[in-house]
Amino acid sequence: MKSLDQKLGLFSALPVVALLGLAFLAPLVVVALFSIMPAKVFSLANTPDFSAYAVFVQQGYYKSLLWSLGMALASTAILLVVCWPLAYAMAKVFKSFTLVLTIAIVMSLFVSENIRLFGWVLTLMKGGLIEGHFRALTGIGFDSPLYGVPIIVFGLVYVYLPFMLFPLAQGIAMVPDDTRQAAYDLGASRWQVLWQIEIPLAAPGIVVGSLLSFVLAAGALAESKILGGQAVIAIADDIETAFTFGQNWPLGSALSMVLIVIIGTLALFGISKVDLDAIMGRKR
Amino acid sequence: MNSSPFLSLRGVVKSFGNFTALDRIDLDIKEGEFFTIVGPSGSGKSTLIRLLVGMDDLTSGEIRLRDQRIDDTPANKRPTCMVFQSLALFPHMTVGQNIEFPLKLRKEVPDRRRARALELLDLLRLPQSYYDKRISQCSGGERQRVALARALAFDPEILFFDEPLSALDYRLRKTLEKELKDLHARTGKTFVYITHSLEEAMVMSDRIAIMKRGKIEQISVADEIYGAPVSRFVAEFMGEVNLFDVTVAADGSVSSDVLSSRSGVKLVPAGEEARGLLMVRPEYVGFADTADAFDFTMSGPLHGEYALGSRIQYEIETPAGMVTVEKLREDRRTVSEGETMTVGFNVENTHFIDEAS
Repeated sequence: MKSLDQKLGLFSALPVVALLGLAFLAPLVVVALFSIMPAKVFSLANTPDFSAYAVFVQQGYYKSLLWSLGMALASTAILLVVCWPLAYAMAKVFKSFTLVLTIAIVMSLFVSENIRLFGWVLTLMKGGLIEGHFRALTGIGFDSPLYGVPIIVFGLVYVYLPFMLFPLAQGIAMVPDDTRQAAYDLGASRWQVLWQIEIPLAAPGIVVGSLLSFVLAAGALAESKILGGQAVIAIADDIETAFTFGQNWPLGSALSMVLIVIIGTLALFGISKVDLDAIMGRKR
Repeated sequence: MNSSPFLSLRGVVKSFGNFTALDRIDLDIKEGEFFTIVGPSGSGKSTLIRLLVGMDDLTSGEIRLRDQRIDDTPANKRPTCMVFQSLALFPHMTVGQNIEFPLKLRKEVPDRRRARALELLDLLRLPQSYYDKRISQCSGGERQRVALARALAFDPEILFFDEPLSALDYRLRKTLEKELKDLHARTGKTFVYITHSLEEAMVMSDRIAIMKRGKIEQISVADEIYGAPVSRFVAEFMGEVNLFDVTVAADGSVSSDVLSSRSGVKLVPAGEEARGLLMVRPEYVGFADTADAFDFTMSGPLHGEYALGSRIQYEIETPAGMVTVEKLREDRRTVSEGETMTVGFNVENTHFIDEAS
């Protein structure tokens, strides 16, 4: 019976395997191959070289990469701190209100990211919703916080909040109330309960939330374009430019490969550290 | 010894909105005692233990430990510790780390922590090799022992137990009950145990408190609670029982519409007339071959015969209601259902429950 189950299982998995092979793996292979083509060719029938990777180093594209990774790291760290109390409340304190909150946050995803970011521009720009009203009422004006690195990080935090919040709430829900109370009863302070019990037991949620928001933020470009006014260039922006204006597919591919390898390694490392079955609600 | 009680509760009230979960509880627990609080679910026993441990605030009243008020001390500052029903072991730590947790919080040095943990493993009869095991590798009984070791590592003044054995199978429960009693004797600590199981309470406890709807019905040693309950509730909660409505005259003579008694049979004189329940446990009811062998007799058809392992239970449908008789297996009788039987008991094996009080 077991072998029949296994056969059926493999058989049922075929369609999704085919889809993933075609839609996910194939483009990745094409990009990998293009990244080792000479500059500005549009065919894979060329002698491979690593000139595109040389350009990545020589022409300072690594700076964009570092900015992207740095801002992704900053936004992930901020998200962790900002989301923890809210996720905690959603998992343990709010009852039916959690559902209301979930719906409200998910609703925001129904509006395109770009439109929401332009909304922030209208709110924050000089003469916009905030500064304009303030100046009209008091006669005192101030500079817009737009077009800088902090506002890009703010944008990343704002856009990717749901991707941190929900996995985190899921992770915190997995911490049994008894273990927290037991630790407290055994003499732990609230901080000790947080560090020694809650964080380790909520780790799967923390890892999944951090990975999601970091990966998405590292590949984001709308925030740096719209809110940051390209004060710094994100690596995703460089990739887009290389493929479009630059008409340099090998360069775009090489930049993509660097990002994919870094993020892929990170993701595999992170996932290997947590029990995904636990957060998916399967029995261990 | 100190004459003032070790742990004392005075007028402890806990209400949730309009609902009074605990209604003016007064209780004194002695040092080194194994004290068990028994009650059906909803009786308030779990609420009480949460107050004692410090996980909930009381609405009014006070709790004193060695004459010091502790009711406003938070749980992590109280010298008490609880073994949870779920055990609440830390799944991300090894057995050793679990046991050392309270010691680590006190900044005990690693060597001494480890030594103490190994000592406790010995005390709980777990092999020292368990020190590095994961909690998920331990069986139910082993986890129980780890939870106990962790609580003992805390070295509490009082150890509380919230039905820690209720999730285990019968055999293991029986073993651990005895081990717990033994552990109590060896450590000399004060144990306060909560359970809904009368058997558990009887096996282990020095004294038992019976709770009902947020109040304590009776506090006494097991024998007395079993043999001389103060109310119908306690009598029925503490196992099988036969209860008869009777009136006892001032001189102790018993009159009843349902029981026929031998003339001259008297209870210990109460001093004044009282209505109440005459209680007799099934093991004190016998089969009467001649009607005058017992102080009280009644007869009726046999309703059923049940094997309880070492004992046999008979139910007889008498005018006084269903009477339960229990005999050891070796005293089994050959009877058939519907057969008329006469049963009886003696006055010295009865207990009168005055319903007015």
